[in-house]
Amino acid sequence: MSADPSIPPAALSGEVSLPEKLADVEPVRSVRTPIRLEYDFIPGSASSGYLNAFADRKILGQQSPVDGAVFVPPRGVDPRHGAATPDYVELPDTGHVGGFCVTRLPIPGRDDLEIPYVSAWIHLDGADIGFLGLVAGIDTSEVRMGMRVRAVWKPDDELGCTAENILYWEPTGEPDIPVTAAGTNAWHAKQAAAGEPG
Amino acid sequence: MRDIAVVSVAQHQEKALTHTTEVELMVPIINEARGAVGLTQDDIGFTCSGSSDFLAGQAFSFVHTLDAVGAVPPISESHVEMDGAWALYEAWVKLQIGGVDTALVYSYGKSSPGSLRDVLSTQLDPYYLGPLWPDAFSMAALQARIMLESGAVSEQRLAEIAVRSLNGAAGNPLAVRSSAEATVESVLAEAPIADPLRPSDCAASADGGVAVVLAAGDRARELCERPAWIKGIDHRIDPHQPGVRDLTRAPSAEMAAAQAGASADRLDAAELAAPFTTQEHILELELGLGNGTAVNTSGGALAGHTMMAAGLMRIADAARQIHDEQADRVLGHAASGLYLQQNLVCVMEGE
Repeated sequence: MSADPSIPPAALSGEVSLPEKLADVEPVRSVRTPIRLEYDFIPGSASSGYLNAFADRKILGQQSPVDGAVFVPPRGVDPRHGAATPDYVELPDTGHVGGFCVTRLPIPGRDDLEIPYVSAWIHLDGADIGFLGLVAGIDTSEVRMGMRVRAVWKPDDELGCTAENILYWEPTGEPDIPVTAAGTNAWHAKQAAAGEPG
Repeated sequence: MRDIAVVSVAQHQEKALTHTTEVELMVPIINEARGAVGLTQDDIGFTCSGSSDFLAGQAFSFVHTLDAVGAVPPISESHVEMDGAWALYEAWVKLQIGGVDTALVYSYGKSSPGSLRDVLSTQLDPYYLGPLWPDAFSMAALQARIMLESGAVSEQRLAEIAVRSLNGAAGNPLAVRSSAEATVESVLAEAPIADPLRPSDCAASADGGVAVVLAAGDRARELCERPAWIKGIDHRIDPHQPGVRDLTRAPSAEMAAAQAGASADRLDAAELAAPFTTQEHILELELGLGNGTAVNTSGGALAGHTMMAAGLMRIADAARQIHDEQADRVLGHAASGLYLQQNLVCVMEGE
């Protein structure tokens, strides 16, 4: 085998022997093999509970049976311990920005989204981990970690069992949470204080 | 070589999981397997799983399922895009190398969100066979025709295998197709779905998952009253191109059984992961199973075929017979690929 990757292997660089009548035929350079598989996903038990409540403007998390940590959105399990989380807790639609990025590239299929836009980890009051949302109603240059936000919901008659119910998160104008206590910083500080890995 | 045993098994299977994600499926199964021998993830030295992204319809779908294991602090882990039996093999190798004394192995398959018959077509080569989109039943029927016409098997024999599965499955709550009343006559009366295959010749598709705990040496004896010691395990593979193979045979199954020492002593029971009666017949011959061996008392994979888990489920079913003192020496088999292309044989004994 050649050590130089730019030189093709001998098997591919040699002349192919073709029948006489195919000698001048153009080589086949690609084959189209269309693959189409369809899937009907079901959200599962934890997500069903979450999405049903979400259609009523309620945000549900689930509580770890190990240490009471609250996860949102719920997945039916505390992923640190592989422990089932059957208990739901209702969370407010207020929290803070735990981390964010300003994106200047359009998303295919989202023509409604003006660029630049801000996506952020939203840490709800009472939740131990964040979930993803858009931040708007503020100049992108003023978004910051620890900024307090509240949900801006779709009108009641447009709500459904979908993550699209919250249009975006807007600043509340309350004082910021210190960066050291914002987002996952708060989570890790709490875990360390409890002597738990986090 | 270290002595390594299956010390705990847990599984679940049903026709279609319509209200459960793969994570929600695996949380109770993994906890049951670990909990039965008093272990938590902190006590597990190595974790290995098997699943397929083509079933889940998601790239790297196995990473989600780690939520069901608990990966804090970070765990030593690996995954194979194979039936879980191959994950068990990797864990066995890891235990042989040493440094760890316990391993968690699991696999799962939820094919109900898609069409398994079509998903299986994507395992064919993309130049010649793939573009024709032959479905799994038609491909198996091509083999069945060759077997019947060449005298390698009779319709009567295929029906007997189907009845054995249907009757055996009647005592297995995890089976998704069973019948205590089925007879050779009733099976032969079924209209073929892919001639010459009848519905009872084709495995009943299922969703499910299985978890197994392995332990080495004294650790196994501490954890389990009667460990199922792995006396031999091997996997072999035949060529992918069906045209170069004798489709009435499975040489890789024969060689895997020989390497695993299957014929060294009497086998009380064998659990085979054959998705068609034709292939179960081939396996019985290639593995040299005689009259003294109870084959597929669970109903086998025909009674419920959870893609990616059917093989590990067979090993779990065989190991359980050792744990429960129903058998002293058992064989668990797993297969993957078209026409039993790849075969794994695991021989286990009780003390």
